[in-house]
Amino acid sequence: MADISLRVNGSERKVSVSPDTPLLWVLRDTLNLTGTKFACGAGLCGACTVHVEGAAVRSCSTPVSQVAGKNVTTIEGLSANGLHVLQKAWIAEDVPQCGYCQTGQIMAAAALLAKNPHPSDQDITNAMSGNICRCGTYDRIRRAIQRVAAGGVR
Amino acid sequence: MSPLSRRAFLGTAMAAGAGLVIGFYLPHGNSKGSKNFAPNAYLGITPDGKITVVAARSEMGQGVWTALAMVLAEELEADLNAITIEQAGASTLYGDQTTGGSASVRTAWDPMRKAGAAAREMLISAAAFEWGVPRSGCKAEHGTISHLASNRRLTYGELASRAAELPIPADPPLKQAKDYKLVGTPAARLDTRAKVQGTAGYGIDFRLPVMKYAVLSRCPVCGGKVASFDDKETKKIAGVSYVGKIGESAAVVVADSVWTAMEGRRVLNVTWDEGAHKDLNSAAISNELKQAAAKKGVALYAVGDVSKAGGRRIEAAYELPFMAHAPMEPGNCTAHYQGSQCELWAPTQVPQDVRDSVATAIGLDPDQVKVNVTLMGGGFGRRLEHDYAVEAALVSKAIGAPVKVLWTREDDMRCSTYRPASYHKMSATLDGQGWPAALSHVIVAPSINAQKGAQLEGGVDPDLKDEVALVYSLPNALLQYVQTETPVPLGWMRSVYALQAAFASECFLDELAAAAGKNPLDYRLHLLAKDEDIKYFDATWKTGRMRGVLQLAAGKAGWGKALPAGHHQGLACFGCFSSYMAEVVEISMENNQPKVHRVVAAIDCGQVINPGILEQQISGGVIYGLTNALRAQITIDKGRVVQGNFDDYEPIRMNEAPVVEAYFVDSHEAPSGAGEPPVPPVAPALCNAICASTKKRVRRLPVLG
Repeated sequence: MADISLRVNGSERKVSVSPDTPLLWVLRDTLNLTGTKFACGAGLCGACTVHVEGAAVRSCSTPVSQVAGKNVTTIEGLSANGLHVLQKAWIAEDVPQCGYCQTGQIMAAAALLAKNPHPSDQDITNAMSGNICRCGTYDRIRRAIQRVAAGGVR
Repeated sequence: MSPLSRRAFLGTAMAAGAGLVIGFYLPHGNSKGSKNFAPNAYLGITPDGKITVVAARSEMGQGVWTALAMVLAEELEADLNAITIEQAGASTLYGDQTTGGSASVRTAWDPMRKAGAAAREMLISAAAFEWGVPRSGCKAEHGTISHLASNRRLTYGELASRAAELPIPADPPLKQAKDYKLVGTPAARLDTRAKVQGTAGYGIDFRLPVMKYAVLSRCPVCGGKVASFDDKETKKIAGVSYVGKIGESAAVVVADSVWTAMEGRRVLNVTWDEGAHKDLNSAAISNELKQAAAKKGVALYAVGDVSKAGGRRIEAAYELPFMAHAPMEPGNCTAHYQGSQCELWAPTQVPQDVRDSVATAIGLDPDQVKVNVTLMGGGFGRRLEHDYAVEAALVSKAIGAPVKVLWTREDDMRCSTYRPASYHKMSATLDGQGWPAALSHVIVAPSINAQKGAQLEGGVDPDLKDEVALVYSLPNALLQYVQTETPVPLGWMRSVYALQAAFASECFLDELAAAAGKNPLDYRLHLLAKDEDIKYFDATWKTGRMRGVLQLAAGKAGWGKALPAGHHQGLACFGCFSSYMAEVVEISMENNQPKVHRVVAAIDCGQVINPGILEQQISGGVIYGLTNALRAQITIDKGRVVQGNFDDYEPIRMNEAPVVEAYFVDSHEAPSGAGEPPVPPVAPALCNAICASTKKRVRRLPVLG
């Protein structure tokens, strides 16, 4: 057990957990931020994607000790009102089916657009192919990202 | 609609307070023409204007909440966005609550319309009475009744109490399709916002104020048992509170967090009694299926006499492996055992099976078990099983506290139930013009239902009746089923046996077309040229409807027209779950592997409720089918499943996902299945395209295996 401080969605949080605990379980079990999902536990599917200092990170494979003192953003903190421009685009395109992977997809897309506001088709493919959607919503995910990139959502 | 005592309503939370509650009946289960009606869902309107539709089917991504609400709201004349969905838990009020078999809309279509219509008629009567005017001058629209002549209006909420006093009309008038305002529109889903904000409540997200978390070590060999376990290291971990046997074949580690439980399991040393199947392997299973093909099967469908048809004989055999559903949300269930009762929160397609199985497992009566249904992170049939819920109940009973049992991805991959492996013996004789004078298909596969204890009527797995019809006009045809056995646990996976049957029969049809020197599209259209009713068990399939989807898909795909250099197309059509589906797959070969560029899919599923959701089901079904075709393979070695995670069982990702175009036949026939029919044609259309490119036949899935 160790006391670890991290900044989650803008708030200072202190947790007392084993330092090798994956960030995912700290977020879900300790901080009750359940929008971040567990699906593979091995960094293979992206359902657990969060931002650490703005970069997309697989929280299931990131020991919490590695993010001590860092800024972590989850789907709950992506925007103040839950209506980030990407979330609006996801709603406009009715992207989700089961929806389980979608918070991770949105976090991956947000990290992409922060670096590259006007991604090409190939840029989108490259950035998003780490995130598996078993319902097969890839067409709509692409459209939602394109919609934002084209300035179609305010 | 049969009358239902108001007492039944009063037992539900929905009926709390004065208000209008309409109960209605759905056909029991999937069986058509059954007289066995049972109440299945409720509509509630409270005086404050809240309209609640209870979904007695589970939402696993297929959009059933929205679709059921739309059907009811259409007749009720309510706005969709005014409706709140309440997910029903296991109940005795709703008939069979199984969500599967692409059956939710097809079985709910009539009763949901009637429920909405009955409510509308009662609200009109209530308003007419209130105003002292004839009903005929009153109109229902957007959640209000208005009296045009006097320009008065009352909302449904305002009318709820009065309407609740009125008798429920047995046979309310239903709207004509031309008057639909909501049905047939791409209305936005009701569950999207929560899903993009991370607030949607999946099973894994459910919390009680105080609870434990548990993971189990299950015997990796099917049928094996726990011989002993050494928990010395596990118990050294702070936060681990319990280690013990659960049933005969698993040991559980309970802790105060998921991660601690996982860490505890990692160092738990279980010795397994691997049992009779410790040497089982995929090669032996494949060989057994092949051997069994020589056995006499039961006839599923027979026309004429295939043995009498003379001509050029063509034979081929096809083979498919076990496959895993692999929904994104792994199995989980929260259970709270309290002596004389047990409450569960389960992502399940079968709340009533969960209730009954849990009751048996922990020694309670079913009515002492309460099952709440959560959202599901995918189902695909995996959550037609109740294993994870029974585990949760047993663990909660063992520790005397509420607990969430969570499966990891590896647990899900290795201890699941699987789409049955199968072998298909195809044969045909071609007449002088190359048309099939006879076609025979022997399906060799273990029976899912038999393995689960069902007595097969006439030796036929009941799933085959909804899933493997042969929809062509053929002078002589024979479809047979040879039942085999396997110790590998079997489950119903999206499209079930339709996937195997379509792969074999639609690839073979291309083989026949090639042997005849004919275009695969023309070949099929010739066999569908005549309007014919194909009777298959209780269903009647129409060759004309199959022809319609085939022409639609081929036309939209530009079949036969010039393609980019190196591109080739393949097509397939298939009928299952009462719907007709055709797909054209366009590929190029790169490094000896197919790259799928485009899939054009056409469905005839009768009346479309929501084209947006249908498009989701089609494009998603195609992607799911593509994973099945290209890579999905569960292999067995030393009695164990070899695959463990998304690295060796890798679903299609965005970089491999083709453009999928979905088209629907404009129809007002009764709605039929939509979730599963898009899956089966993918593999044969893909393999037919591969053959068009390489001149080589793929007769075994997965393509990249």
